[in-house]
Formats: sequence, structure tokens, C-alpha cells
Amino acid sequence: MNVLLPSTAEDLWRILGDNPDALLCAGGTDLLVKVRAGMIRPVSLVCLERLDDFRGIRDEGDTFSIGACTPHTEIVTSSAIDAFLQVLKKAVHVLGSPPIRNMATLGGNICTASPAGDTLPALYALDAELELWSRSHVRRLPIDQFITGPGKTTLRKGEVLAAVRVRKPAGKFIHHFEKVGQRQAMSISIANLAALVKVDQTDTIENISLAWGSVGPTIVRSREVETALKGTKLSVEGLKQVFPLIDRALSPISDVRASSTYRRRVSANLLLRLAVHEGCRT
Amino acid sequence: MISLTFVLNGKITTIETPPDRRVIDLLREDFGLTAAKEGCGTGECGACTILVDGESRLSCLMLAAQLEGRSVTTVEGLEEGTNRVGRIQAAFIRHGAVQCGFCTPGMVLAVSDLLDREPKPDRERIREGISGNLCRCTGYQKIVDAVEAVISETRGKGQNT
Repeated sequence: MNVLLPSTAEDLWRILGDNPDALLCAGGTDLLVKVRAGMIRPVSLVCLERLDDFRGIRDEGDTFSIGACTPHTEIVTSSAIDAFLQVLKKAVHVLGSPPIRNMATLGGNICTASPAGDTLPALYALDAELELWSRSHVRRLPIDQFITGPGKTTLRKGEVLAAVRVRKPAGKFIHHFEKVGQRQAMSISIANLAALVKVDQTDTIENISLAWGSVGPTIVRSREVETALKGTKLSVEGLKQVFPLIDRALSPISDVRASSTYRRRVSANLLLRLAVHEGCRT
Repeated sequence: MISLTFVLNGKITTIETPPDRRVIDLLREDFGLTAAKEGCGTGECGACTILVDGESRLSCLMLAAQLEGRSVTTVEGLEEGTNRVGRIQAAFIRHGAVQCGFCTPGMVLAVSDLLDREPKPDRERIREGISGNLCRCTGYQKIVDAVEAVISETRGKGQNT
């Protein structure tokens, strides 16, 4: 297997032109496991780790542009992310382990498109937009139009995920992320929930976005649940009212980690954690 | 084959190697540096941890070509007592943080990366810092004790690193 390491976008396009069947490798923490296991046998691998144009966190005023090749450690230690995108920070904080976070990247987590990818619910809740570059073209599309199923994306041949664009939530939001796994570190999510909630002075929900991970073929975002919660009080009783709607929105599987019944129950209960913010006006 | 040049434990090194050779194999078989161990081979146990440009990375999930121009540190490159990693090793010995020893080289380097980023972590943060390194002997208590000892010694000496 040939291993190529372009350091400029120009290099990258030339290499991809010369090696149309090459596989893109970001941090490699998922891909190289599959290569080693013989699940995929690429002729050449194009490692994106030296492409500075695809790396780093840029504050563009009302939006952050996060380079797809930014390692998770850089996201979790960024003061800008800490100030504006806590929900993403919380998700990255429970992803893998320190060495995994040093190697693995945000773009890698997106393109792997695992239903259990830890950053994905946060990015869905934030309505992240992806910037895809090819030699002569740039296109942007919402993350929920990019990921189409487990391990499946609409990435085209010759195209590279360059950046993740996230608008700063306008006004003060509760940023919530909780993951249920079999242990605290290095675990794959059994279910997780990312939430952005805005409440008024009377604890009435003004705005809410909710995204569940690991309980469907891709991340589950239910507008029905969100609409039902708007205008209600942020309380355990109020949140319980939407349990039947949540149950309808999810389609979890049973696997080695948990049964679908458990996943349904824990996913609904994860929502109740939002009630800890009751009375803490934001 | 590629001609690979990188800094290995402080020395500039060039070697002919297949570009897709795993770094763990390169270190253990080609250089005879056997501190980094292969536990799981899938990035979950941390026994193969090395430092690349000072950051902890998993050598079972890296390919030789990725090392070009980088600086690699394994515990073999460190002399006991002369620098922080040496002090970490000494504290591990004093506190009984080494039993079978399989996880120790990776654990020491994970601690070094942690203390680089955060000079005075509390016990919970220490646990987080070593959460990618599995130890099946110690139950981690003695390892955390050893790291705490390194932190308090460092503070006692009034050093930052």
C-alpha cells in the first residue's frame, strides 16, 4: 500500500488526480483498524494530516469554520469553542481517549459516519454545514444531507471534506451532551443526546434542538419532539409529555452493547437530565 | 520502499522501509526498541503509546511514512532521573505502580503528555489523562499515586516541568 502525504491543496489535487482509487485517511484511528483487519484493501492511502489549509479553528464573526483535519484535542482545548460551542466540547471530551483525540479528527468522525459517532449529535443539534472541496468546485451542504446511513455519505469521488461550519448560537443556550456507554472512557455510545435549549424568565422553552446518537441508522433529530416542547415549561413532568413522540422517532437496534428496548428507554430518560437546568435562567 | 528520515529519541535517523509498515513494527523489529508493546492492535489499550512531536500517539495506528520529519520519543530514549519522564519512571518504581510492566512504557508517556498540557491535574484529571491506557494489574491506584508524587515533587522544586 502506497502512503502519500500532501502538504498543500495543490499537492492533494495532483495526487488525487494521479491516484483516482486512493483512499483518504484523516487521523486513521478507524480506517487503519479496518485496513489491518483486511476489511478494506486500498492500493494507496492519502493522509490529510499535513494539510494546514484543512486544519484549525477560524472565528468568522457569527460562524466558526473548523478545518476538517483538526484533531479533537485542538477542539477540546480551544478557548473559542469553550466560549461558544460547549455542546461540541462536551461531546469531544468523551470521545475515545487522549491519544485517540490527539490523532483522530472532526472530519474523520463525520466521514466515518458511524451511528455512534460522538461529535455527530452535537453537530446535528448545531445545524452544522459541511464544506466539500474538489479540484475546481466547492459545495456546502447541511450535515444531515451528507450522512445517509451507517458508514455512508454523499462524498463524491475526488472530493474532500475541508471544513465544518457552525453558526454561533444566538443568545444564551443551555448546551447539553450526555453519553451512555459501558464504561467512562474508550467506550462506544449505547445512546447519547446533544441538546441546545433556550428558556425564558419563567423556564418556558423558547427554542430547542435535540439530536440522539446510536439509536438509528444515522443521528435522529425530531422536529416533532422539538415543536411539541416549544412553549412548555422545562421540567421533568413537561419533558415526560413527549416520551411517546421520542419513542416513535427512534429506531435502535439490539447489539453486543445493549438491547433496542434499553436504548429506547435510556434515550427518553436522557432528556429528563435537561430539567437540572430548571430555575437556572440562562 | 521509501527512505524515511526522522528523529528517534533525539537522533536523526534514516531507514529504508515500506511506507505502510506500522510504526510499532518499525520500532520493535527494525530498531529493536521493544518498550512500545502491541496489546490490542486497534488503538484501545494504549500499550503502544509513543510521543510524536511531544504528543501521545498510538504506534499501532500509524504508518512509517507518517513519521517523515517528525520527532519520536519512546521510553528507551530517556535516562532515569535526568528529565521529567525519568522522574515519572522513578515515581512509578517507588510507588509500586509497576506490576507486570506491560502497560508501563505507554503509561509513562501518557503521563508525560498529560503533565505537558496540565502541570497540576487532580486525581480525576489524572485518571482522565491515563484513560487510554489499560492496566490489568494495579487497579490504577498506585499509578495515580505515582503521578501525584511527581506533581508534588515538581512543585517542591519550584519547576514548571
